[in-house]
Amino acid sequence: MSAADFQKLARLFPDETVTHSYLQHIELPGGGGTFALITLDNGLDHTKPTTLGPNTLVELGTLLEGLKERATRGEIVGVGVTGKPYFLVAGADLSAVKRLEEREDGLRMAQLGHDVYGTLAGLGVPSFAFINGLALGGGLEIALQSTYRTVSSGAGALGLPEAFLGLVPGWGGVYILPRLIGPENAVKVMIENPLSNNRTLSGPEAFHLGIADAMFEPADFLEQSIAWAAKVIAGETAPERKNAVDPSDPAVAGRWAQAVAEGRAFVEAKTSNASPAPGKVLDILEANRTMNSAESAALECETLAVLMQSDEFRSTVYAFLDLVQRRSKRPAGAPDRNLARPVTKVGVVGAGLMASQLALLFARRLQVPVVMMDIDQERVDKGVGYVRAEVDKLLSKKRISADAANRAKALVTGSVSKQAFADADFVIEAVFEELAVKKQVFAEVEAIVSPECILATNTSSLSVTAMADGLRHPERLLGFHFFNPVAVMPLLEVVRAPQTDDAVLATAFELAKALKKTAVLVKDAPAFVVNRILLRLMGEVIAAFDEGTPPDVADSALRPMGLPMSPFTLSAMVGLPVAQHVQESLHAGFGDRFPVSGNLKKLIDNGVKTLWVPGPDGVPVIPAETLSLMSFGTTPSTAEDVLRRTQDALAQEIGLMLSEGVVAGPEDIDLCVILGAGWPMFLGGITPYLDRVGASERINGKRFHAPGVASRPVPA
Amino acid sequence: MSHNRNSAPPRTVRDVVFVDGVRTPFGKAGDKGIYAGTRADDLVVKCIRDLLRRNPALPAERIDEVAIAATTQTGDQGLTIGRTAALLAGLPRSVPGFAIDRMCAGAMTAVTTTASGIAFGAYDVVIAGGVEHMGNHPMGAGADPNPRFMSERIVDPAALNMGNTAENLHDRFPAITKQRSDAYAAASQGKLAAAYGNGRIQQDLVPVATMKPGQGWTLNTVDEPPRPGTTVADLAELRTPFRPHGRVTAGNSAGLNDGATAALLASAEAAEELGLSVKMRLVSYAFAGVEPEAMGIGPVPATEKALKNAGLGIEDIGLIEINEAFAVQVLSFLDHFGIADDDPRVNRYGGAIAVGHPLASSGVRLMNQLARQFEEDPSVRYGITTMCVGLGMGATVIWENPHYAAVETTGATA
Repeated sequence: MSAADFQKLARLFPDETVTHSYLQHIELPGGGGTFALITLDNGLDHTKPTTLGPNTLVELGTLLEGLKERATRGEIVGVGVTGKPYFLVAGADLSAVKRLEEREDGLRMAQLGHDVYGTLAGLGVPSFAFINGLALGGGLEIALQSTYRTVSSGAGALGLPEAFLGLVPGWGGVYILPRLIGPENAVKVMIENPLSNNRTLSGPEAFHLGIADAMFEPADFLEQSIAWAAKVIAGETAPERKNAVDPSDPAVAGRWAQAVAEGRAFVEAKTSNASPAPGKVLDILEANRTMNSAESAALECETLAVLMQSDEFRSTVYAFLDLVQRRSKRPAGAPDRNLARPVTKVGVVGAGLMASQLALLFARRLQVPVVMMDIDQERVDKGVGYVRAEVDKLLSKKRISADAANRAKALVTGSVSKQAFADADFVIEAVFEELAVKKQVFAEVEAIVSPECILATNTSSLSVTAMADGLRHPERLLGFHFFNPVAVMPLLEVVRAPQTDDAVLATAFELAKALKKTAVLVKDAPAFVVNRILLRLMGEVIAAFDEGTPPDVADSALRPMGLPMSPFTLSAMVGLPVAQHVQESLHAGFGDRFPVSGNLKKLIDNGVKTLWVPGPDGVPVIPAETLSLMSFGTTPSTAEDVLRRTQDALAQEIGLMLSEGVVAGPEDIDLCVILGAGWPMFLGGITPYLDRVGASERINGKRFHAPGVASRPVPA
Repeated sequence: MSHNRNSAPPRTVRDVVFVDGVRTPFGKAGDKGIYAGTRADDLVVKCIRDLLRRNPALPAERIDEVAIAATTQTGDQGLTIGRTAALLAGLPRSVPGFAIDRMCAGAMTAVTTTASGIAFGAYDVVIAGGVEHMGNHPMGAGADPNPRFMSERIVDPAALNMGNTAENLHDRFPAITKQRSDAYAAASQGKLAAAYGNGRIQQDLVPVATMKPGQGWTLNTVDEPPRPGTTVADLAELRTPFRPHGRVTAGNSAGLNDGATAALLASAEAAEELGLSVKMRLVSYAFAGVEPEAMGIGPVPATEKALKNAGLGIEDIGLIEINEAFAVQVLSFLDHFGIADDDPRVNRYGGAIAVGHPLASSGVRLMNQLARQFEEDPSVRYGITTMCVGLGMGATVIWENPHYAAVETTGATA
């Protein structure tokens, strides 16, 4: 085969942003011969990463085939591949892969990559990848397929994220990497990192793992890389590969099997095996220890062809590219940003844990004075003390400099008087979740602050509209709902009450950006988005439990969804009283869709904090005294029933939320559950999953998304 | 070593040595040149980093100053380029830097200024160099000459154009004909080609990777301006852009170029302490002013002054590296000192007419070449680097060959 044989595939993508392969010839020092240097460049600036689509690969492959012939004739002594500034290559063009509608086309795409990379690996002269910047997936595989690699110490983001995306590193990565850096490290790079918030490696990390043979600083990375390549070609230096293994070594076979087993345990713990891709990576890894590269390549291509047509892959591309990377940057419904007002001082009402977390976030990100206010000096001191201790922790971990720590600590002060808010532009309350208390707070704050000062509530369950009632300037009030822990969770629900004006809302969105949070605009409705969905889900599972479903059946019924934790674990983490409080608000608002569990109430009244406790052999059990507090019905469900009932409930609730106009569309629901609840991208958040399992059509009579948006297009 | 020129109380003056020098390959200024799209500060950074790599015995924190010259100190040559280049090169933040300007003699002035600091005891080790990206910064761009220059006839307006000053020199010295200038220029091309052939140039060049739209990265390892094989006949046909039927052409002048240089200087004690090699020892230097409209004659008074400071005569000088802004300017110098146009002491490796002249960078190029000639010719004890400077100045540095003594014992004569 040659790259030209894939023209038919390439023609399917006339609009591809082609990453061109530019060739230059370099005479190596000391008469070392002619070195061919390829630059991968799409001609666009650093905001448009280079990617690998079919046309790109055909161009690269054709160039490499020409170089192979020239190598045979002795005209060149080596070939290098590098990228435009900041990128080697960002990987396969996912928007192109997503458009491959036929399994056969996906297979051709996989084979095309192998064809091109095979040429690179078998040029007859050494090949070198000079990893000058980001190299992900198929981008890093170009490097792995080269004979030698150098990496810039300034390179960011190296990795094989395929398991996260719903694919496998199937252009040779899964074959070469374990041989190059050992099976344990390969599992870390191909499984653990992708499934840990899609972590990537820095240049130095990649070098220390053995992915690169040499590392040079960015200031003259390419010059030094070429000089190093010249020495390798001249036989003056040879890289030492400390972590490389020989799979035929019996000792390695044991390590290999162990690494695969540990990878499987990791995947199980992280995803409940709800997405096929991570397991497939490990299947190929396990099988290819005794294969040659061609046999592994065939398996890789077959697997890719299947996975490219999987809904989990399609949903991940939707969630990752369309939502997290694009929609999150342009929040739907946000007013013109030019309406935003500057925020030069922030007031926080309350000095409890939530208030303290908010004060820390505002001080670190906005770098403006933040005043915490509470009713007595002791509480105030405790809150300010918490913030300063957290800053000191960051300092001791060297996350911030001593000057930055001083600055952050000096910005946060406390007061027992709301007078301290007089010159604040933004005051947020995090006091007790009771409407009367909050209304009282805002009335007092309003007496002191300027008429333009924005008032925000961090309520998770109360009506923002009701809170605005009675204010002199109700147009300045909005909900600013963070998620716990505030420093970690990326979501911010910005709640617009009927009278909230555009300037206030615009300021809130600019503020969210400065706080490095993703803001989603939400209409004022009970529990907004994330909590409403979580509690509807928990309500169904707890109802099944109350009806007599065995606890382990009820609590594990949703495992096929691969959620980050089980419903009972989640309610214990949130705190049973808090969960019950929000559930009661939802019950008040929506009635029996959100049943209030009598069993749960008894547990709360008796101070029980969690259903599950570790049993004698480590397996979680529900203690007899806990069980004795509760009473159960006689209509148990199977796990399948609970799952289906939950799917249906979610489809119904989300359908209602959309018809109520709580958010602009299902995309915002998905963005919220991904960023606010950590729901997996292979579910697409949630609505693509509900389409996939038929719940949307069962309950609402229609899908949330047209086929193909977040799923495989239905074949004609 | 030098005369005490006043009655100030004596204090210890330390010997200054030239440890090493490097430069980027020089490019042609303009859109088609090798450095189109490359930043000037990046060129300096490559030089500084290569100096450190070539002298691994030098701990970077021992560098006491980074002086980088540029004629136009804006944009990628602005922001105090000595400091920015030091930071960008990854030198410790404790290493200071500054920018310096004496137009064409910028790098030379960076060397003499920091060398004076070494002699005085303020520094042990310095980096001194220069840069000019004439593609990014066309000559005179952004300049705002004071109208008094014209109204009070302080400077003939023609003196602001260097080509005119070269024509003026031809007027002043009718014996220097266009024919002589062209012959000198052709010889310069030939000498450079020979030096390249012998590998005398390449060893002090820092490879520079550059990327251009639609072409990808490449590595620049040789100078772009040279035109080896240029003959007097070729040159005779070139037009004279500064005057109709004039004498100055693109062929007997240096071009418009991009490039950077950097040198490592140290006190003799520091060099010994750190085990740094010594390529040259500084003997004396001088700057002198002349009429701006005949700026090319500047090296004559500057050299006389430097010789006087050193207590030497021109006959003591075995090698001369003179910058070739214009052939006529070199010839006026040679005529003054009674040296033949093809004297082998002069610009053995060719000069700026062939290799190019990125204004403020050139001083260190002269030093690199003199240092290499010292190394290969131990019969020479003293050499000079000299150049003319816009607005009527000359600059000369006299150097001593550390390899000389060994030859003296064998009885060779200079």
